[in-house]
Formats: sequence, structure tokens, C-alpha cells
Amino acid sequence: MSASAVFILDVKGKPLISRNYKGDVAMSEIDHFMPLLMQREEEGALTPLLSHGRVHFLWIKYSNLYLVATTLKNANASLVYSFLYKIVEAEEGHTAVYKASTVLACAQELKGMKDIQGDIVLTSDWVFSEYFKELEEESIRDNFVIVYELLDELMDFGFPQTTDSKILQEYITQQGNKLETGKSRVPPTVTNAVSWRSEGIKYKKNEVFIDVIESVNLLVNANGSVLLSEIVGSIKLKVFLSGMPELRLGLNDRVLFELTGRSKNKSVELEDVKFHQCVRLSRFDNDRTISFIPPDGDFELMSYRLSTQVKPLIWIESVIEKFSHSRVEIMVKAKGQFKKQSVANGVEISVPVPSDADSPRFKTSVGSAKYVPEKNTVIWSIKSFPGGKEYLMRAHFGLPSVEKEEVEGRPPIGVKFEIPYFTVSGIQVRYMKIIEKSGYQALPWVRYITQSGDYQLRTS
Amino acid sequence: MTDSKYFTTTKKGEIFELKAELNSDKKEKKKEAVKKVIASMTVGKDVSALFPDVVNCMQTDNLELKKLVYLYLMNYAKSQPDMAIMAVNTFVKDCEDPNPLIRALAVRTMGCIRVDKITEYLCEPLRKCLKDEDPYVRKTAAVCVAKLHDINAQLVEDQGFLDTLKDLISDSNPMVVANAVAALSEIAESHPSSNLLDLNPQSINKLLTALNECTEWGQIFILDCLANYTPKDDREAQSICERVTPRLSHANSAVVLSAVKVLMKFMEMLSKDLDYYGTLLKKLAPPLVTLLSAEPELQYVALRNINLIVQKRPEVLKHEMKVFFVKYNDPIYVKLEKLDIMIRLASQANIAQVLAELKEYATEVDVDFVRKAVRAIGRCAIKVEQSAERCVSTLLDLIQTKVNYVVQEAIVVIKDIFRKYPNKYESVIATLCENLDSLDEPEARAAMIWIVGEYAERIDNADELLESFLEGFHDESTQVQLQLLTAIVKLFLKKPTETQELVQQVLSLATQDSDNPDLRDRGYIYWRLLSTDPVAAKEVVLAEKPLISEETDLIEPTLLDELICYIGTLASVYHKPPSAFVEGGRGVVHKSLPPRTASSESTESPETAPAGAPPGEQLDAVPTQGDLLGDLLNLDLGPPVSGPPLAASAVQMGAVDLLGGGLDSLIGAPSFVAPPAAAVPANLGAPMGSGLSDLFDLTSGVGTLSGSYVAPKARLRSGFGHTEASLSRAAPAVGHPEAGTPGRPGRVLLLIPRLTWSSPGGPGRCGPSESPLQVWLPAMKAKGLEISGTFTRQAGTISMDLQLTNKALQVMTDFAIQFNRNSFGLAPAAPLQVHAPLSPTQTVEISLPLSTAGSVMKTEPLNSLQVAVKNNIDVFYFSTLYPLHILFVEDGKMDRQMFLATWKDIPNENEAQFQIRDCPLNAEAVSSRLQSSNIFTVARRNVEGQDMLYQSLKLTNGIWVLAELRIQPGNPSFTLSLKCRAPEVSQHVYQAYETILKN
Repeated sequence: MSASAVFILDVKGKPLISRNYKGDVAMSEIDHFMPLLMQREEEGALTPLLSHGRVHFLWIKYSNLYLVATTLKNANASLVYSFLYKIVEAEEGHTAVYKASTVLACAQELKGMKDIQGDIVLTSDWVFSEYFKELEEESIRDNFVIVYELLDELMDFGFPQTTDSKILQEYITQQGNKLETGKSRVPPTVTNAVSWRSEGIKYKKNEVFIDVIESVNLLVNANGSVLLSEIVGSIKLKVFLSGMPELRLGLNDRVLFELTGRSKNKSVELEDVKFHQCVRLSRFDNDRTISFIPPDGDFELMSYRLSTQVKPLIWIESVIEKFSHSRVEIMVKAKGQFKKQSVANGVEISVPVPSDADSPRFKTSVGSAKYVPEKNTVIWSIKSFPGGKEYLMRAHFGLPSVEKEEVEGRPPIGVKFEIPYFTVSGIQVRYMKIIEKSGYQALPWVRYITQSGDYQLRTS
Repeated sequence: MTDSKYFTTTKKGEIFELKAELNSDKKEKKKEAVKKVIASMTVGKDVSALFPDVVNCMQTDNLELKKLVYLYLMNYAKSQPDMAIMAVNTFVKDCEDPNPLIRALAVRTMGCIRVDKITEYLCEPLRKCLKDEDPYVRKTAAVCVAKLHDINAQLVEDQGFLDTLKDLISDSNPMVVANAVAALSEIAESHPSSNLLDLNPQSINKLLTALNECTEWGQIFILDCLANYTPKDDREAQSICERVTPRLSHANSAVVLSAVKVLMKFMEMLSKDLDYYGTLLKKLAPPLVTLLSAEPELQYVALRNINLIVQKRPEVLKHEMKVFFVKYNDPIYVKLEKLDIMIRLASQANIAQVLAELKEYATEVDVDFVRKAVRAIGRCAIKVEQSAERCVSTLLDLIQTKVNYVVQEAIVVIKDIFRKYPNKYESVIATLCENLDSLDEPEARAAMIWIVGEYAERIDNADELLESFLEGFHDESTQVQLQLLTAIVKLFLKKPTETQELVQQVLSLATQDSDNPDLRDRGYIYWRLLSTDPVAAKEVVLAEKPLISEETDLIEPTLLDELICYIGTLASVYHKPPSAFVEGGRGVVHKSLPPRTASSESTESPETAPAGAPPGEQLDAVPTQGDLLGDLLNLDLGPPVSGPPLAASAVQMGAVDLLGGGLDSLIGAPSFVAPPAAAVPANLGAPMGSGLSDLFDLTSGVGTLSGSYVAPKARLRSGFGHTEASLSRAAPAVGHPEAGTPGRPGRVLLLIPRLTWSSPGGPGRCGPSESPLQVWLPAMKAKGLEISGTFTRQAGTISMDLQLTNKALQVMTDFAIQFNRNSFGLAPAAPLQVHAPLSPTQTVEISLPLSTAGSVMKTEPLNSLQVAVKNNIDVFYFSTLYPLHILFVEDGKMDRQMFLATWKDIPNENEAQFQIRDCPLNAEAVSSRLQSSNIFTVARRNVEGQDMLYQSLKLTNGIWVLAELRIQPGNPSFTLSLKCRAPEVSQHVYQAYETILKN
């Protein structure tokens, strides 16, 4: 059904640690993995699924590690990849409180902080990165005992078990050193229907922070027509609530408004919605109510996708003229196509240049431009970019008189930005109801932000 | 201080030192030592020598230490089975520890110690743990049953653990339910017959309830298990779908894909007229699109599955073209998959956008991607006629880039475009010829040679061009050699005067200087053909080519249906059935989509056609066929049937074509055309090599063997005598696996005539090779026994394919069958074998071979058959009609002269005339389709623009029927005149024609 064994390999393919779950694949099979991977890469036929004889390798690469699952059977591939990612991947920009090597210390820290202050910063679901700030070769080696313990708890005979890191932390710690066995217990949470929240959580001040983050994915072809424009939104919660609170989130969801007959209000049509494990999916399917008992701390409650075409928020026009053997001239015009009251922060426009370009010269109407030779791009940064404004950048590069032989791809222009207090879809949190049997009052706080997602404009 | 310090001890005598430390009295020192041992184990050092010392540390109250010792045990127990017994006591004790964490740990580890000797000691502790009060222990114990079963299946059965496991499906705790389901599924997978997961509406209901409460992984186990269930009717299917649909909103991609699998499978049972069907269809698209925002590996799995889904149900994603546009930073495997799906979704509505994208991709840098993009442009041209012109001009632009691989790829696809739209784009030939020198890949060279040969009359210097290739003839690949041979023969037939020398040269190169049997035999055939009857040669070599299909690389429908049942798994990523890559028969069950069973007959869609014609949606894969497919994909060409009568008839079928001025016929030639001076070895199997390269045609061809009649349609790919088949890009070229394999000519020949046509492969259609089952005996008339069935003729054997369903509440046994006397003496050739008792709701499928040796009594109507079926409950009677063409024998091909004489001989009053209306096929297609049902075209004439097919067939009782079929091009109505000495069969023969042609 699933994995026979899971391996963590270093970048050269040497196993750092492994766990044999089913015993039907010889552990030495992993020796074939790296040569196979190299060979397939050379042939240009590398895929996330490789097979050697009757053994199938499902692998992902994470920083300088390979995570490989082996199987002989017709395993559920999507389950295996989800599982591998669940184990390892750290969310970008995620800040873990934990100190890298001393899990012991961090566990205590966690306990302590919960009581004292309300603001633990913890975002990701990913198991290992919750234990180690970064998952890398050293952290595996430094913590092999706990890695073994985790591997033991995460999967049994190829079936993934408990992968909720917050819950795992409650009973897998190296505090075993100090505790007598009798005291270490399975938290009932593990097998509860509510397997993501423990009982008995207490906060002095009960609060929920809601972040509505929308990322705009854009693909524009070289002659300026928009090929793809979609909004991927995400609602992230930081929950500091005592007990077992029942939460209900109200959005200006068009389907809901139609169901309840309040069509006058401005509403948003969500094309596809994905929810965290805690949300009652059948309830949502029935009457579009988003109701749940939240995990403690940070988590992503839901994500949604809209493909309603919106005006690209930052529009780029570019002219890249290449005069062989002498120079490249680049002209980029950026225009903020959002309301005047809003401001885009941290705008970064990356423009590709030939890899053999030299002696850069720039001129910008605002912001600053920088040549990043290792990425073959010019990055034009604008700290604050108000709506409706239009800015210009010119760059000039020299080219060597002897042309390079290999053909280069034509990478697109990429844009990064963040526009706070604004959602491009118009989505709004109408309410967040919090009900706990002790009857405390809790405050929800909402922030909106729109940012660039995969924002690409092809060049000619 | 971190754990890494444990890795530092590498000095000699380490084991010895560790041994001492392990036996230390100090707890702390002991634990440190165990850690060092584990560290050594982790880096791959053999520390098995320390087994007794480590096991001694097992009795500890330190949880961490215990875990480490257990870990050590799991690793080394197998190599030290005798000492592993030492651990048993501790396991037994730990299983009764007051701390559930310890109990679970013990039961979990126990199962991982794969030592047969100790398993029996573990039964008691396991039994207790399965009933433990703590769900954490129960869920761990449930998995342990699967582990134990893997080591000793018999023990698990004897101990009754399977029943306990089944009881856990009703456990109050969702996680226990999920693990029990997973464990049972795992066990059931390796014991397909065990009927372990006895799924019924009640247990399904429990699973659906647990689905809402368990972890994401548990949801996947349950969904995967649900996918194995076949609902009893469309209502049940719909109600399950309704409860599964909410899972499409789960954040975990694997949950989504497993839910998609259940929905795709159960949708099969829903009538397309239902509103709910449309709703469901709409709900599927958004989650599939969202999967494309997942991590690249998950995207890859999703794309491979979307590829299957759009073939099965193109309507799901037809409006979602844009999301498959390739992004610069997509990994190459994602890019290639997206491209494939783009082509599948290309239609007139979106072709402009698609082409613009493809053109963009064709100028990228990644060679594989560029090649595929160029090929995609060609495929668009073939698929969307309106775009052909733009595609061709785009390809010409690309040829102008002079990038070597782009040019070659473009030429290969242009050749296909020529095939699809003859006499339209030949003006570009001049441009192509300019690039002759840059072609260094066999496929491109072969394509170019084909073009030159095919259009020899328009290319002034065709002879020079071909001659230039001839110089290095022996250095060319077989593909090019074969192509060159055919092209020069074509050239000769078109311009005989100037090219005599050239043709002699190539024939002598092919026949005398080549060791390749394919090449040599083809050379001989041409040679003989040219020297005996140049007119016939012209008819054969320059015959009109059948159309090439619009859709390429389509997965054969039965395989596609099987793969749909495996959405999300490795099979769906490889696009191969599990039997092709999972070792052994163990663990491989063929799955097929459920047939559509409406709860009320009225929901059946109206187009359910005349009796005997399979409705398009009907799906019913027969396992043997699946096996066959699996085998074929492994390139193990082992058709299930072979035998002298077949081989003979196959040869004859080949020969028939040749006479009939037909196509695809050279295969029969070695036996038909006498080899010159006995120089040709009688290697019957050899010359068909190139044809075999088309695996997909092969599979579908073979697939149809088990169906009684299948329409050739659309995907006609050409000819054997020519090499178009091998040239066509549509199918993977695999060389010629059969070439030079003596000893199997019978099999090979059997396949050949069928290779020339294939099943209707349009997207959305499936399972064409099965006649639909008709309900012969409804359950209400037979105390709960429902019999449905169909008749087939397969490889000379008539069979009655029965499906017995027990809809009663008691078990049925002791089945037997008998036929009443009938017109053609049909009788069961074997007793009705129902091996196991048929339990309630169970269905069994049986293929009952029939003989025609029974006693004869003319029935009214002629083709009616009265059947009696007995079981332990009662005897039941029913009557059915069989299609006459199951009686058409393989040697029903009449000699030409004989035909003429017989036709004249039969009195005119015996002639019956019929109209076959609305048949869109042309004469070739008609002929080949009829031939597959043993109606043979003896001769073909063209009279005043009408095609006259003269055909013969013979019934099992030796009655000959002669036919004249008049086909007017452009007119879908045919006139059929039948002459037979027993005129009463004519009406039924006509019905057989109708059925075969309209199916």
C-alpha cells in the first residue's frame, strides 16, 4: 500500500539514517538509487519515480538531503510524496523557536513559554523542521536517536500514523533522559477524533490572529497578452485560545450568499477551497459553513483559488535589445495598476541578462538596480511603489566580442511585491465566532495582504 | 553536546569496549553504550555480535533506552533468530505494562521481528492488545496483524485474528478503524480471493462515517478501500459519491486524489442523463487544477493522473487549457507532462492559443522538450483540421531555424500530416528536400524517404535522392532500409523506365546482402510481385492508404479503465497495470470499472442500441484480457490462443486480401507467392516485423479476439506491405520483437490480420471489445438467481459468457446447464463450472465453451436457444437468441472461381436483398471488419463508381452463404444480396451484417 522503507540520504547518496518498515525490500537496494538518479538525469529523463529491477524509489530532494521511500508494490504514490513532504519540508519564511541541536532544551522552552507569554511563533506542520530548525545532514546526525523515534511513530508497516508535529512533541522528546517511563504517556489526542489539539490548553488572554494572504500568479507572453492569471489565497491563523473552542469563520463567499439569499453584498466566488484537517468538510459541503476546533498556535486554516482575471497589479513593459558582440540594452517600465491609496512594498523586478554580459550601467527613475551575476539577472528594487505610478529603469551591458557557443534559454522577468491592507479578490472576513464552554471572550484580529506569487512575464 | 559524539568512536577493539560498557552496572553508562551501538548500526557497521549484551538491556524502565534496544532488535533479530527468543519474555511483559505507550511499543516492535520461530509466542499478547482499552494500543495492534500475516499467514488465520481485525472496523475510535481498514486491505491485496474486505452497504456506511473523523492518512486508507467496492446500483453509487465529494476540499493532495479515484470509478455507474452526473463532473475540475500548485513531485503524480482522466472523460477539463501552460521554472518532467495534456485538450476552440504556446516552446533550449513541442504541433495539425495549415506553416518556420533536431522532428511530423491530408501540403516538399543532408536520425531519414517515395512523381530528382541513400544502405538502420526498399519500389512503379536499375540494385541489396529476415522477405515479396504481375504489384504497393487516427498515444480502453481504478498509485504514474511491474501473481488483482447498473431500467440512455451492439459506456473488462495487456506491455507476446486451424485461417485471411486487391496483405504472401527458386526460408513470421512495432494496435487487436465483433474505426493504420505502420509516430516503435523467432509462427500469424484494424479509440468511449451482457433470466423469475450473458466467437471457439448473480439470501451451489435441441446443434462443450458456492450478492463470470455437435432440431426463430439451468434451489428455464455470426467458421473463404460457379448455380429465387442503412464505413473498412467475423471478401470490383464486394461465409453446419455488397461512396446505405441454398438463413445473416457493421 505504501512505503517499505524510508531513507534519508546525504547529497552524495550515502544513507544517513533509514527505517525499514516492512522488510520486503533489501536495505542494500538503496545503493542503486544514486547511480540510477545520475543516469536518468544525464538522459534528461529524471522523474520523481525511479525503478531498479522490481524496486521502486519515490524521492524528493530537500536542501542537501534526499528523502527516498522504496516499495515493491503498487503503492499510493501521492500518499508517499505527501508523507515525505510532511516529514521534512519547512515552510518558507517560517521561524521556529527551537534551537537546532538541543531538542531537550526546546521542549522545555515550549512548555515554559506557553505559560508565560502568549506569542510563540510557530508556523509549519512539518514534522522534522519543527524538531530541528533546519533539516540537514548535521541535524540528522546530531539527533539520530530522536529521528529514529520519530520515524517509528510517523509510520507503521508503511501506513502513516500521527504526523501532527505539535502532538508528537507532547510525547516524543528526549526528556526521556530525565523522566521515568511511568510518567511518559500517550496523549489521548493521538487517537482522538480531534487529533490535532490537546486538552487543557490555557491562555490568560484569548486571541486569534487571522492573516488573509493572497498571492497573484501571472503568466504573460512576450507580446504582452495575459496567458494565465490566478489568485491563490490562504487564511492563516495564530490561535491563542484556552480549552476546546469551537470556531466559525464567515467569509463573503458567493455560494454562501446565494444559499442564504443575501445577494446584494459584494461577494467572491471561490473556485476551489482546501481546508486543514480540522475543518468539518461535510458541513462545508452542506451549507458552506467553515466550522472547526483549531489546533493550538499557527496553522493554515484554508487555501482557495480564483481564476477571475484581474488587471495585473504591476505591469511591466520591457525592451531587451541585444547587439551581438557589443552590448545589451534594457529598458523596463513598471506600472502600478492598483488603487492610488495602496502602496506596494518591497518591489523587486528581476530582468534576465545574458550570462556573458559585463560592465553593467544602470539608470532608474526610482529605487536602485543591482546586477546579480550568479543568477544572470538585474534586480531593480523599489521600496515603496504607490498605485497608479509609473517608473522606468534602463540598463546597459557590454558583451564580449567572441560569442558563447551554447544556446541560452530565455528566462522571464519576475516581479515580487507585497501590498498590505488589500486583497485583490475582495475577500473579507465577516466574522469569526469563538465559543468555548467556559464562556470566555476572545478577540479575533484580521490582517489582509496581497503579494506576488509565481509572477512571470516572458521576454522575446 | 549532541548525539554526533556517538559516531566518533572508530578505533579498533571498539566492539569489545562496547561489550564491557553494555554490561556496566551504571544505568547512564549502559544507555550511552546502547546509543553508540545504534550509531554504529546507523552508519552501517555490523554490531550484531553484541546481540546478547544489548538484549540484556531490554529490561529497563527507561523508555528511551527501551526504544533503542527495540530498534536494535528489529535490525538484527533476523540474523540471530535463536537469540531473538530471549526477547520474547520482555515483549510479553511489556504488552501488559500499565503504560499504553509501552504496550503499543512492544506490540509494534514484535511484529517487526520477522523471525518465524517466535511468532507463535506473540499471539497471546497480540490478542490482548487487540482488545486493549486504549485506542492507541488497539490501532497499533491492528497493524501488527498485517505484519504477522506477512510472516505467517496461516497462523493469523488459525488464531482468528482476521475476524478480530474485521470487528475493529466497527471500533468506536476512528484511528483504529482506519488502521484496521489499512491492515485488511494490505492482507486482501496479497490474497485476492480471500474476500476479506467483505464490503456491503452496512460496512460501507461505517467507513463513510469514520471518513469524517479520522486523520488525513486514515482518510486515504478508507478512500482506497472504498474504491474497491462495487455498489449494487446507481443509487448507491450516487449516495457514496455524495459523501466522498467533500474530501475534494482536503488540503492533502493524496486525500484529494484518492477521492477522485472513488468518484471516477463510481461515476461509471451513473447515467449521463442524471443531473447529479453533471454536478459531479463540474466538481472534479477545480481540485484537479489546484493539485498543480502542489510540490513538483505531487504535481507530477497529478499530471500523470490527469492524463488518464482526460482520456477517460475529456469533458472534465476541457475548459482548463491555460493551467497547463508551461512555466519557465517547471521541472522538465512537469513540462513534458503538461505538454502531453495540452495536446489532448487541444480543440478548435483553443487551438490558436495552443499553437502560439507550442511555437514558443519549440524555441526553448531543452532538447527533449523542444522535440516534444514540435511533435505536438504536428499532432495538433492532425487533430484539428482547421489548424492544419497554420501548423504546417509554423513547422516550416521552424525548419528555417536549421536547428538540427528541430528540422528532423518537423519532417517526421510533416510526413504524418501528408498522410492525414493527402494532396494538400505537398508544395512544401521542396523545402523539405533542401534539408536532406542534415538528417542523421533514422526516424527522420525514414520519414523523408517515405515522402520521396510517396511523391516520386512530383519530385523530379526522386531517383537521385533515393540513390544517394542507397550508397550506404548497409549502414542504415532497419527502419530506413525497409523504407528505402519500399520507396524505390514505389518509384519504379511510378516511373518504370528510368529506375529499373535502381530497383534491381535495392532488391539485390535487400535479398542477397542482408541478414535481416524482415528486409530480405520484403525484398523477395516485392521481387516476386514485380516479376509475376506488375499490375497487382501496383495495386498492392500503391494502394490507397487508410486514414491515420486523430488521437495518438491513446491508452487502450481496457487498460485505461484498469488504470482509472488505480488513480494515485504507481500504476497510474507508469501508465502500466500493476501486473506489469509488481512481481509475481501475488498482490496483483485486476481491477475494472463497474458496469452500469441502473436501479430502474428507464434511466438507461436511449442510444442503447439494437440488440447485440455494445453501448459506448458499457464497461466490463474480462480479466484474461487484462492479463494479456499486462503481458504485452512487458513485450511478452504470448497471445492466449494459438493452434493450427487458426494459423491456417490467418494465412488465408492474408491471402484473401491480396486477391481482393486489398491492403495489408503481404503477410500472407510467403505462402501464397511461391518463393523464387526456394531461396526464401519459410519464415512465416518474419515479414511482419514492422507491423508489430505498433504495440498499441497490437494490444487492441488482440483485445478484440475475445470480443465477438468490434468495429474498426478511425485508428486504421496502414499497411503491412508498406512501412507506414512502422513510420507512424503515433505508437512507440519497439523494433520487431517477433522477427526471427521460429517456432511461434502460428501465433504471429494469428495476430497479423487483426493488426490492420483496431478498436474505436475515441476518448470517452471504452470497453468496446465486449458485447453487452443481456439479462436472460431476471432474478425475480429464478428465486434470486440472475443470469445475464452474451455469445462470442473467439479463435474458432464459440462460447457463452455467463454472469451469474446471487440476489437471494442463501448460498447457491450445484449449478448445471443444459440446452434444448436447436437449429445448429449448439451444446455445452463442458459442464458449467462454478467452483465455489455463490454467496448472496456475489457474482461469478463463466465462459462456457459451446460445440455444435449437439442434436439438431429446427427452431423458430432459427437462432433461438432454450436453456435450462439448475442449482440447489430449483431448475430454471429461459430462452434467448444468439447472433448468427458466432457460427461463421474460419475457413469460410471461397475460391474465386468456385464463387462464380456457385453464385450462378444457386437459383435466383433463393436470392434475398437487404438494405443496410447509415453505415459510414468505406469498402476497405467494411471488408476488414467483416473479415474479423469470418465474412470473407472473395473479390472486389469497382463498377461505375460503386464498390462491389463479393463475399462468402460458411456456417458450422457447412451451409455456404454468398453475398454481394454494393457500396456507393458517399452513400451510407449499402445493398446486400445474399444467395444461399438454405434461404431461411438469409434473414439472420443480414442481421449479422447489421450488427457487425454498426457496432
